[in-house]
Amino acid sequence: MTGPGTEVQPVEVDAPEGGEDVRPDRPWQVIVWNDPINLMSYVTFVFQKLFGYSRDKATKLMLDVHHKGRAVVSSGPRERAELDVFRLHEHGLWATMERSG
Amino acid sequence: MTRRRFSRDRHGRIRPGLEDPERDLLRMLPQQARELVDHDDPSAKRLFPVAYTDDDAAQADYHEMMGGSLLDHHHHALDILVSTIDENTIDIDDLNGWLGAVEVLRLLLGTQLDVSEDFSEIDPGDPRVDQFTVYQYLSMLQNEIVDTLAEALPRDGTSS
Repeated sequence: MTGPGTEVQPVEVDAPEGGEDVRPDRPWQVIVWNDPINLMSYVTFVFQKLFGYSRDKATKLMLDVHHKGRAVVSSGPRERAELDVFRLHEHGLWATMERSG
Repeated sequence: MTRRRFSRDRHGRIRPGLEDPERDLLRMLPQQARELVDHDDPSAKRLFPVAYTDDDAAQADYHEMMGGSLLDHHHHALDILVSTIDENTIDIDDLNGWLGAVEVLRLLLGTQLDVSEDFSEIDPGDPRVDQFTVYQYLSMLQNEIVDTLAEALPRDGTSS
């Protein structure tokens, strides 16, 4: 299993006529990717600890990461998403952020 | 039934039931880890993931702004483990530090071993067999730490 660098390439999209999409209201999504090192119990615990999710919700997100390769674990304004990514990185999880489509 | 390493005393403090060889190992590994992390060893790459995969400028800003704090965080966890490894009892904050330290050690070792999802055993003649044994020990230890810390979390969470 690999992470975003090799498994999923960014989709190349031609810029639409009229220039860049600058809509400010599209939230950012924080994505956790499957990796072969982190333990399932640990990932579940980190979701509970960082986001205050219930055991059930944290477990479901962990299983999504494990089976689907990735899961959106939070979303919001850019600054908030970046802080969440940082806290996940502090805990060794493979997290990225992107504009929701 | 296996013995649980972490029990509570009557004051609610945590008593790590480690054998001497475990303590020796957990004192030594953080020193090796600091060497790798401080010298930008390729095996430490996994400790500093990329936040923005499709925006190099944003990623450079993120690394510039957060990279130092991330490094400090990892160092701090290793320091807590080493400084409390001989204590008879530790508190929850200490155990969270242990968890972070074990995570750093597993990420480094897992990267060096190039583990994959189904990496559950190794050929006895493989030169990496000692490393793999340590990796498996750290996995077991991390599971036990998680079990102990999870007991203190509200099962229903605090947010939806």
